[in-house]
Amino acid sequence: MKNISFLVAGVGGQGTLLASDILAEVGMEAGYDVKKSDVLGLAVRGGSVLSHVRWGEKVASPVVRKGDMDYLLAFEPLEAMRGVEFLHSNSTIVVNTKEIPPASVSSGSASYPSKNQIEEILRNTAKAVHFVDAARVAQETGNLKVTNVVMLGAFSTLLDVPPERWKDVILKRVPAKYVEMNKQAFYAGRMLIEKEGGSYVISLRV
Amino acid sequence: MNKVLLSGNEAIARGAYEAGVQIATGYPGTPSSEILATIAKKYKDEIYAEWSTNEKVAMDVAAGAAYSGRRTMVTAKQVGMNVLSDALLYTVYTGIEAGLVVITADDPGMFSSQNEQDNRWYAKLAKIPLLEPADSQEAKDFVVLGIGLSEEFDTPVLVRTTMRVSHSKSIVLEGERPSVPQEVGPFVRNQEKYVCTAMWAKKRHPVVEQRLVNLARYAEDAPFNHVEWAEHSLGIIASGVTYMYAREVFPQASFLKLGMTFPLPEELIQSFADGVEKLIVIEELDPFLEEQIRAMGINVIGKEIFPPYDELLPDTLTQLGLESGLIDEAKGMTHSVTVPTELPARTPVLCAGCPHRSTYYWLNKMKMPVAGDIGCYNLGCLPPFNAQHTMGCMGASVGVLHGMSIAGVPEHAVATIGDSTFFHSGMPALLNMVHNQSRGVVIIMDNGSTAMTGHQDNPGTDWTLQGKDAPHVEFEPLVRAMGVEKVLTVNAFDVGEVGSGLKECLAYDGPSVLITEGLCAQLDRTPKPSYMVNPDKCIACGACLKLGCPAILKADKVDEKTGKPKAEIDPGLCVGCDICRQVCPVEAIQISKDRESQGDR
Repeated sequence: MKNISFLVAGVGGQGTLLASDILAEVGMEAGYDVKKSDVLGLAVRGGSVLSHVRWGEKVASPVVRKGDMDYLLAFEPLEAMRGVEFLHSNSTIVVNTKEIPPASVSSGSASYPSKNQIEEILRNTAKAVHFVDAARVAQETGNLKVTNVVMLGAFSTLLDVPPERWKDVILKRVPAKYVEMNKQAFYAGRMLIEKEGGSYVISLRV
Repeated sequence: MNKVLLSGNEAIARGAYEAGVQIATGYPGTPSSEILATIAKKYKDEIYAEWSTNEKVAMDVAAGAAYSGRRTMVTAKQVGMNVLSDALLYTVYTGIEAGLVVITADDPGMFSSQNEQDNRWYAKLAKIPLLEPADSQEAKDFVVLGIGLSEEFDTPVLVRTTMRVSHSKSIVLEGERPSVPQEVGPFVRNQEKYVCTAMWAKKRHPVVEQRLVNLARYAEDAPFNHVEWAEHSLGIIASGVTYMYAREVFPQASFLKLGMTFPLPEELIQSFADGVEKLIVIEELDPFLEEQIRAMGINVIGKEIFPPYDELLPDTLTQLGLESGLIDEAKGMTHSVTVPTELPARTPVLCAGCPHRSTYYWLNKMKMPVAGDIGCYNLGCLPPFNAQHTMGCMGASVGVLHGMSIAGVPEHAVATIGDSTFFHSGMPALLNMVHNQSRGVVIIMDNGSTAMTGHQDNPGTDWTLQGKDAPHVEFEPLVRAMGVEKVLTVNAFDVGEVGSGLKECLAYDGPSVLITEGLCAQLDRTPKPSYMVNPDKCIACGACLKLGCPAILKADKVDEKTGKPKAEIDPGLCVGCDICRQVCPVEAIQISKDRESQGDR
């Protein structure tokens, strides 16, 4: 079989590393060989975080070539834009609509791409784009910190792995007292793509 | 066997466990830090682990433990090996009583280092075996193997990872821990082996040379050096994670995969070379393998195609393979997309609530030359501070300051150095300043931990890696005892106090020390209310924006007179450190009303 390659992109502090760990572990539990590689910016806090994750019969390189990424799971629209160069025309994108402006934008020295520009570029790049308001769902579930699990929930609907397998790996990786909240977050995330069809709900700028 | 997903560093920790290692030492440094952290967390009952004050100390401790009959491992980042090397070099002559493995985690691509040195040379320099794992399974296996080789050949063994091996995760099959002695016997008295005085050490040198010959013979049949035959038109020699990249980019090629890259198996390399039409070496950084293979009289291509800098990721290998005609087309690759717009960068900044902010605020304002050092505070070199003018290696700031002073630089200069860095190698340099009497201010920025690498302990903390209580070494009595007469301690969160302390030290004609105390924002969990900018009072002067705080933003509102944007504070990012309130000339910054009562953090 051909390898399946995933790019998980976000901002330090969003829980993207845990999400990419879980994604890799789900692959392992599903019987694949897996590898992952994280690239952290110099400052973990507030910097861009990119993780490459691969599932396959036998995976050699933990790093994926540009143009070979099948899925992009982006926790932030600007970081989704940064991930675009890794994709091909058959790729699928799931992106959290909550924007986190970098310091260069908040200090006024650069500007954040417009929502139209983001939507146009993502849609022109990939076969399918799902915009999800994972931050809102996380907050409704009880804590913004479970955004990563909401995102995994939404993403899990696109892959042929039973949801229980995802749930089991997730619950193994989160602190005991937050198990229930994460379980809810995962299933609420699944609803985002199953029921809402991933419609582009634009959140207000933070 | 249990199947787990581990990073290279976690796998090295597991390897130490499965190799029967009982003592592990090191000094934190990216990308090596997680090895000891994992040992302390997972194997606390089986392996003693400590953060030593620096890498050389860590290596001396390891030597003592290995002489005493305990299997031992030392960890360092690539530049940490420079500090460690003095101690490593004598253990090569002495050998050991129990296995000793040194881990060097190199940083091709320079994700978090001041240079891109290739530490494989240390194996050649020291004349010790070198193992290079390509993934987490090998990272674990090679530690076990390294301990075995160390004991079989009576030598320390170097295991070299790179950032991609240390920080990538892959599947590992876990094994068992062998039984190891709980008690050791009396210390071995073997002076001719363990005392490196010239007359005895001279007799050890031929032993070291013979050991290398024996190791090279061993490498010929070792299972971790192996040939994978495919098409004979192209043969590739590779090691480490570069082998994994090359495997993917050149699927038709035959491979000689080397697990041990020093000393090299000459006969194996010769027979592989004889079996292929074209032979190339793919290695990141220096032509370490290439030069040795050429010295065997074998015609090989390497650095003509693959540059001696940066990582050789699959993208790069593909591009270079196409350019050099090694591959006709990028098979299976679809074209990648270029985003037709420039994306705003996420540049690193000092955290909201960082205790270093007040110091760099003054250093920027006062414009004096600043000798910098290794730590988060190196961000002081970036805008808006631009207040660090040299930075080289751990502890360099104090010596550089002394050099500037004796050279006669007309301005009064300062050095900035963190608590852990001062303990690591700043202390001898400060003693040097005291002894040789130069003028200059050493600012010890004490944030209560080794913050940048993940908040490890150091002699200034009252706890150790394994959670034991420790005496908290205080800076003021320490530097006074070192002979510094002018010493001031100030609260880093009191901007005025930092400024006046700095001025007082600058006026002193001799070496002085200013200690700025303030807990790292990532460790301070005391709930504090966040702040807000009163837009009616704000005059858009930009004073608070010069603090480079990620919580302070330019607002949409502008000042009517100047047309400049006013400031605003993101309540979600503000941690209430109070520094911005103190620099505002018109008292426009105040505690956020709706949060005042609750202290909601």
